[in-house]
Amino acid sequence: MTATDTNDIIVLSDVTKTFGTFQALKGINATIREGEFFSLLGPSGCGKTTLLRMIAGFDEPTTGAIEIDDKPMAGISANKRPTNMVFQSYAIFPHLSVAENVGYGLKTRKMPKTEIAAEVDKALEMVDLRGLGNRSAHELSGGQRQRVALARALVMKPKVILLDEPLSALDKKLRDQMQVELRSLQQSLGITFILVTHDQEEALIMSDRIAVMFEGEIAQLDSPEGLYRRPRTKRVASFIGVMNFLSAKLTREDAETLTIQIDALGEITVPRDIAPEGLTPSEVDAIGIRPEMLTVLMDDTDTAERTVEGSITGTSYYGDMTYYEVKLPGDGDPVTISMRNTAGRSVLPAGSKVSVGWGAESIVLFE
Amino acid sequence: MGVTLDKEARQGLTLLSPTALYALLMLAAPLAMVVTFSFWTQNYLDIDTTLTLDNYREAWSKPIYQVLMMRSLRISLMVTVVTVLLAFPIAYYLSFHVKKRKALWLFLITVPFWTSYLLRVFLWKVILGFNGVLNTALMQVGLIDEPLTFILYNSNAVVLTLAHAWAPFAILPIFVALEKIDRSLLEAAEDLGDGPVRRFFRITLPLAMPGVIASTLIVLIPTVGDFITPRLVGGTDGLMIANMIQIQFGKANNAPLGAALAISSMVIVAAISLVIYLVGKKMGGRTE
Repeated sequence: MTATDTNDIIVLSDVTKTFGTFQALKGINATIREGEFFSLLGPSGCGKTTLLRMIAGFDEPTTGAIEIDDKPMAGISANKRPTNMVFQSYAIFPHLSVAENVGYGLKTRKMPKTEIAAEVDKALEMVDLRGLGNRSAHELSGGQRQRVALARALVMKPKVILLDEPLSALDKKLRDQMQVELRSLQQSLGITFILVTHDQEEALIMSDRIAVMFEGEIAQLDSPEGLYRRPRTKRVASFIGVMNFLSAKLTREDAETLTIQIDALGEITVPRDIAPEGLTPSEVDAIGIRPEMLTVLMDDTDTAERTVEGSITGTSYYGDMTYYEVKLPGDGDPVTISMRNTAGRSVLPAGSKVSVGWGAESIVLFE
Repeated sequence: MGVTLDKEARQGLTLLSPTALYALLMLAAPLAMVVTFSFWTQNYLDIDTTLTLDNYREAWSKPIYQVLMMRSLRISLMVTVVTVLLAFPIAYYLSFHVKKRKALWLFLITVPFWTSYLLRVFLWKVILGFNGVLNTALMQVGLIDEPLTFILYNSNAVVLTLAHAWAPFAILPIFVALEKIDRSLLEAAEDLGDGPVRRFFRITLPLAMPGVIASTLIVLIPTVGDFITPRLVGGTDGLMIANMIQIQFGKANNAPLGAALAISSMVIVAAISLVIYLVGKKMGGRTE
């Protein structure tokens, strides 16, 4: 793969990494576009951080090539790459002030002092830390340290900013706020961001595209919506959000459609194009359906495209939402159904017999 | 400060007090005696306890004491510089390049302590002596025709011997300071454009400074007052202030003058240590 399109800022070609006998990355191919917010998402040990460190230049691929901005990066050390990193630990230099931290890289570039001061002020303003330049590192809160780390990368005006789980040390509220801020900052600056995270929600909220990684391989590279709505494998489906799996088998196929017999829901016919590319129709053994695609019908006025009878085995009340465990016909496990608690919708206790509504277009097929 | 101490503070004080009492008894009390002595006067057999500054006047004005004091400082500063400069690379290697068996390496560094200090000084005498190991070896390979004499019984020999004796003390604090450096800081510096050399001077060294200062003080303070090494390998121009203090308390039978010399050298060393500490703190920046 080569960067034929000038919009490709990073091209990864068959990148592998082996530590001793452990193969951390097994041939990564991906292209990251200029100006996009790209996430590497996966459980710990999937190789996402290794990949990020190789882009930064802290590690070299065992085989394969990394190109940044149309230049091969083999043998180019981290200090000569057009990337800057926001470390998981933030790596704020403890012996320097906030301003000295942010201006660190500019000093290396031998920029005049007055210009450094101006650039540092601008960067601090960008991350909402105006006037804190003289603070020392230990006087900062976790959130502020995170912002300093970000400003220190931004001030370098790199082609790509690499973020290694930057929000994992913050508490939930601050994290939610930073997710939105980071996203809007990235959009207004137009710098390519590559985020490593194990938090699927974080990846969905912030990214233009996400590469889901398992065991050193990219399982699926897609937009957040694509990943959520059309996960290609069961593993991706259960990693991103909640997915109900119902056993099913193919009963008929023609050029345009597939007819599938779902144990719990009955037979449906769906267009072929909802299936992922690698699907072998005869091997279908289950379909997926998201909790919010199922509806517990409260009374006769509630209607749905199709209905099936079930009984509630468990109820979890979350305030804005209620999650029901509902046993459907057949011998599968109960499915999870999420219901928004809108006005007039009551919370049903376990044991209630209910009608469950669903639609054919909401089912997902896997490779 | 509050009058009532919280539980933790009380516990701390309780734990500390035996040691504190011991230190008070064994260190502060003798020190107070030496200070008192330095203001008295020796009269042939008895001591005149009228308070006087005569001893200090003598200690600070007589050329012999000035020469010895300056020489002591020069030798111990040289020892310190040599020791710390040699210790740093060893500590650095140990911290950054030894991946396995760090404990074994640390253990090996303490090996010189297994023999007594006196024995080690004698060994240097054997190595550096007129008919010593070094001279014999150099003569046998034909590099020199007659034994080198500048290697023993002078201040060089004192520096060499002391530097060897104090090396482990200097390595350990630097090693600990280097171990404490978060490695991601070094990656961050590299990521921001620093090559290895710049990174060393901007991150590694400033952050290792507390260890360097500790090493410097640990080596400097005791070596100023060392008297065994100069006595054994120093010859006449390797004698240091401590040898003179010993003479005053012993042969010369002038304990008050000896006490004044001891206190003077203590004050000078304390002042130098303070300067080193402050300079080092400034160089290391705001680490705490």
